[in-house]
Amino acid sequence: MEYPIPYREYQEKIAQGEFVGMQCRQCGSITFPPMAVCCDCSGSVLTPVSLSGKGRLRTFTVVRVAPEGKKPPYIVAMVELEEGPFVMGNLIDVNPDQTTMALMGKSVRLGSRLVEGDTYSGGDLCSLTFSIVE
Amino acid sequence: MREVAILGVAMTRFGISEKTNLEMFTEAGIEAIRKSNLEPKDIQALFFGNCLGAFEEGQLHMAPFAHAELGLPISAPATRFESACATATVAIRHAALLVGAGVYDIAIAGGTERAAKMGTPLATRTFAMASQAQHESSAGITFPGVFAMAAHMYAEKYKVDLPVLKKHMAEVAVKNHYHGARNPKAHFQKEIEVQTVLGSMMVADPLQLFDCCPFSDGAAAVVIAEAGKAKELIAKPVFIAGMGQASCGPLYLQKDITRVRAREEAIRQAYAEAGIGPDDVDVMELHDCFTIAEILAIESFGLYEFGKGYDAASRGETRLGGKVVVNPSGGLKAKGHPIGATGAAQVTEIVEQLRGESGVRQVEGARVGLVDTLGGDLGTVCDIILRS
Repeated sequence: MEYPIPYREYQEKIAQGEFVGMQCRQCGSITFPPMAVCCDCSGSVLTPVSLSGKGRLRTFTVVRVAPEGKKPPYIVAMVELEEGPFVMGNLIDVNPDQTTMALMGKSVRLGSRLVEGDTYSGGDLCSLTFSIVE
Repeated sequence: MREVAILGVAMTRFGISEKTNLEMFTEAGIEAIRKSNLEPKDIQALFFGNCLGAFEEGQLHMAPFAHAELGLPISAPATRFESACATATVAIRHAALLVGAGVYDIAIAGGTERAAKMGTPLATRTFAMASQAQHESSAGITFPGVFAMAAHMYAEKYKVDLPVLKKHMAEVAVKNHYHGARNPKAHFQKEIEVQTVLGSMMVADPLQLFDCCPFSDGAAAVVIAEAGKAKELIAKPVFIAGMGQASCGPLYLQKDITRVRAREEAIRQAYAEAGIGPDDVDVMELHDCFTIAEILAIESFGLYEFGKGYDAASRGETRLGGKVVVNPSGGLKAKGHPIGATGAAQVTEIVEQLRGESGVRQVEGARVGLVDTLGGDLGTVCDIILRS
């Protein structure tokens, strides 16, 4: 088999604001980022489907002791997308020193940014970003 | 499957060491073999744990070198295991499975790590390699960050005010330091107070420095044999009553990270094989890499309802003398966390507890003990139930 949407293609898509998940023919669940099998039922007949890019912030942290090469502080969060999948990324446009539990449940819009790779990362990466929708 | 037992157990002092990974493992391994009344030539296989040797010492393929340092025969294969922080427990489980299956009669398993040697920035980077590289590490997630997100989700889900949760989390650290202060092998042998935790630097909101285990150097090893053989060799073999191991994908696929699904499955397997439940366990060494992690674990084990275990340490229920003693060694928090060795050190503590050899840390009358180790961002959990 061929991997349906390989990471390189995924990177190009999210860089253009295009978020494509894989919908399972068997159970209807959407897997995002894309995989070859359904994350819920392991079904392998999947169809690409465009996602709205809307979600709710379900948890977060402010990283203050960072891995080598990263500049803290920054916010890492997990967001539940409207279509069901959870994703990890960075909450931007919020001051890391002014975060409170009031962030939990906020509506966010998905974006992306290029992250410069390091010695170990196998090149540059594209990571998801979240912006609060007022 | 044949019945399997643990014979000699040994660990180095955990902390900061100038010794190499191989030197530390040799100290633990030879001591474990001697305590088993065996010679190196009697060992039929080595199940060797190490995670980050490539970054710590520029060393891959350490298992055959450890084999040589221990003086094992050429017929004994040496195989390296890597399951992030659960490495040594997974190595021990596989050793026990192959001894149980009759492939080997006597094996040695354990691990070694020089995590402190790397320094905080590189150690933080390499530990983060146990998160999914493309979709998690790219966002700069760290291990404290993973459990920090679990803590925020816990507070929100169970409607516990964050300052209240943080005070109870601090009590987990206070309790584990109280135990560590009584363990001459622990990285930190000093008691702390709630204010020590709440006054320490923020690492990943809401986790502060004293909510976090340290980067440590150390090694530990255990000898495993078929039960009949074990009874011939030593006076007090400790028997493996049940084991479980389960796997889960990256954190974002797990969604509700207040529930460690791999642990719930691993402990279900272990309880079923042992034919026991949570009320039967007298003492446990569990994966308290962060204070919130201990709270999640005691809930997974069925000791507390989900959302109700957060004040167990505050109420003294998990301290020495409490209803179920959790982490009498000091846990990862105070004993230290050389990731490739941790599981073997947990087994060492429980085996000594069940033999009545734990001195001032002894849990009186302990007959059944549990070892629980979690690897990565909740991706691997391995549980082992031992009985005297």
